[in-house]
Amino acid sequence: MHDTAVAAASAEPQWVLPSRGPVAMYSLILAESSIFTIFVVAYLFYIGKSLTGPYPTKDVLELPIFATVCLLSSSGTIHFAVAALRNGNTRAFGTWWFATLALGSIFLFETGREWHHLIYEEGLTISTNLFGTTYYSLVGLHAFHVTVGLIMLALGMIFTLLGKVRQEHAERSEVFSLYWHFVDAVWVVVFTVVYIVGR
Amino acid sequence: MASESIALPRAAESTPGITERLHEWVVTVDHKKIGLMYILYALVFLVIGGIEATIMRIQLIVPHNNFVSPQVFNRMMTMHGTTMIFFVAMPILFGFGNYLVPLMIGARDMAFPRLNAFSFWLMAFGGLLLYFSFIGGTGLYGAGSAPDVGWWAYAPLTSRAFSKGHSTDFWTLAVLVSGFGSIGTAVNFIATIISMRCPGMTLGKMPLLAWMNLVMAGLVLLAISPLTAAQAMLMLDRYMGAHFFDTQAGGSAAIWMHFFWIFGHPEVYVLIIPCFAFVSEIVPVFSRKPIFGYPVMVGATVAIGFVSMTVWAHHMFTIGMTSYANAFFTFSTMVVGIPTGIKIFNWIGTMWGGKILLKAPMLFCIAFIFQFLIAGLTGIMLAAAPFDWQLGNSYFVVAHFHYVIVGGILFALFGAFYYWFPKMSGRMYNEGLAKLHFWTFFIGFHLTFDLMHIPGMLGMPRRIYTYEPGRGWDVWNLIITIGVFFQIAGVLVFVGNLLWSLLKGRSAGNDPWDAWTLEWATSSPPPEYNFATTPTVRSRRPLWDLKHPEDPDWKYE
Repeated sequence: MHDTAVAAASAEPQWVLPSRGPVAMYSLILAESSIFTIFVVAYLFYIGKSLTGPYPTKDVLELPIFATVCLLSSSGTIHFAVAALRNGNTRAFGTWWFATLALGSIFLFETGREWHHLIYEEGLTISTNLFGTTYYSLVGLHAFHVTVGLIMLALGMIFTLLGKVRQEHAERSEVFSLYWHFVDAVWVVVFTVVYIVGR
Repeated sequence: MASESIALPRAAESTPGITERLHEWVVTVDHKKIGLMYILYALVFLVIGGIEATIMRIQLIVPHNNFVSPQVFNRMMTMHGTTMIFFVAMPILFGFGNYLVPLMIGARDMAFPRLNAFSFWLMAFGGLLLYFSFIGGTGLYGAGSAPDVGWWAYAPLTSRAFSKGHSTDFWTLAVLVSGFGSIGTAVNFIATIISMRCPGMTLGKMPLLAWMNLVMAGLVLLAISPLTAAQAMLMLDRYMGAHFFDTQAGGSAAIWMHFFWIFGHPEVYVLIIPCFAFVSEIVPVFSRKPIFGYPVMVGATVAIGFVSMTVWAHHMFTIGMTSYANAFFTFSTMVVGIPTGIKIFNWIGTMWGGKILLKAPMLFCIAFIFQFLIAGLTGIMLAAAPFDWQLGNSYFVVAHFHYVIVGGILFALFGAFYYWFPKMSGRMYNEGLAKLHFWTFFIGFHLTFDLMHIPGMLGMPRRIYTYEPGRGWDVWNLIITIGVFFQIAGVLVFVGNLLWSLLKGRSAGNDPWDAWTLEWATSSPPPEYNFATTPTVRSRRPLWDLKHPEDPDWKYE
């Protein structure tokens, strides 16, 4: 009596619930969105409130078109990687996965170049003024998420090269791809706020 | 080789030593053990936070008292608030959720057992970090030890210039670390409740406790994260010279308040919604009736979840906002009272015409309903901006939110302790001691927090370490502090009852309350695997169906 509540009727339809991996990742994305919202609100609130320069004018802050193209297209490559793995094509998976890793790395390198320009040529650091404070924290928070993603991608790449990745890992790579899509989507917001609204 | 193969089974037969048992608890990923660790951890901090409150009340018992210095008073005030919210209320509720949710939905464990253990240890580490400040907070500056900026840590008091040493950093890091733990737990709750339910348990057949923990977890994701972001900003300000809250460089102190209260108000609902869940499970069982208005209950909970995200600035009426903001936040705060009122009617509707058993869990729940009602009514009073301008930052506010937290949350928690203690320990508590606990704590609570409204209305500000005699506050403060000692006596009876029952209590059996949810279908305490075979349910009260095959619930639902 105390082991089961009610005996199962065998004729009932199959009991299928959403898989726990994607549910957890969507929950995490909700929490992350909430964190980014606060930083975005702080950025918008402090636009034009810096007491001293440099200000985010067009010659201080250039549009990072190339980096943006790289990051956004990496959403496509990771999608193809997951699709390939679901079909059991680990070779194509490795290629697309590597392309994602490369595109993400280019993005991070471009962010680094932009920061180098701002620090050494414009003299803008996080403590210079409110623009520096909000710019480095928002773009830096995003770059931190890119970095975490790149570490995960690199781990996946190592497993692929060791031949450990098989078809049954498709769902795990899909859960990670959700995170990567989120990082791309956040960049669209950051780009709009920093380089279009705030410039 | 041969000696090993003989020694191993013998070692398994003998009872494990204290180190082995301790090791087993430290490395466990079992949701029940983690749940109990959360609860024990929170009880330890409840005692610590209670001692801090007692120190403050002794200081305020008479005017011009010198029991502690103003500096120590500020530290006690900050540590009491931070401890009680982050290291008592949250872990104790996560503990009950951890223990009960997988059992109630017929699951083997949480969706991510290792994440679960990780979240617990993060929160445990956060608490240790906060209290390490008493030793390490002085830093190299010879400044104060424990944090003394108040639990909401308004800028610019938290800037380097005004808060030297490391006390504020300990506060920030402790809250940040435990916040990551909370987010991990919330992710786990959602994945468990969405993906791990036993066959037949559709969302509409889920126990209300699981529903309310689902809403609570969603709120944690949306509410704790802004606090995490704000703490990161504060750290950038203090360590990297950023200017988020630095008014000298054009930064805004008010934006910290917004960021803090975007966390702070939903947090109240993060704490109270699991308590609604306890009451929604206990009241039906002790009224011998199914819950009145199950779908409305679920709807009201979800509505509270959404509306509670829009009310935060009612904590900020006194800082001077625009009239539009005042009007909006007055309105939204009054709106949140509607779904809450629906719940109160539903609990009373459940009791109406029922066969009410006045055992300790039910006593605490009935007290909860009426005390929470009063707390809600003073909340509606404070929601009116002009009234708040008069009484904001007075003892009236302190009385109001302690009515929510002690009269609401703590009473529901005591009810939950007595209700599920037989399941968790396998033993029955002592009913006489439990009633003694109820009445002493009830009297103490009302002496302290009913009367605390009055000095507030007479103009006594909160957070003062002493006051002038002859302002009409003296006698009230005296009685308020006397009430505290009744509460301490009540808690001592409670702890004594738990310890005594744990050792000497009679065996409780699997289902001492003749209840209806799945946790009572397994043994007390439940085995590590919870259920020998996965249960299948057809209604909201699977055990009722089992006990009454002639008249099962699923015929009517």
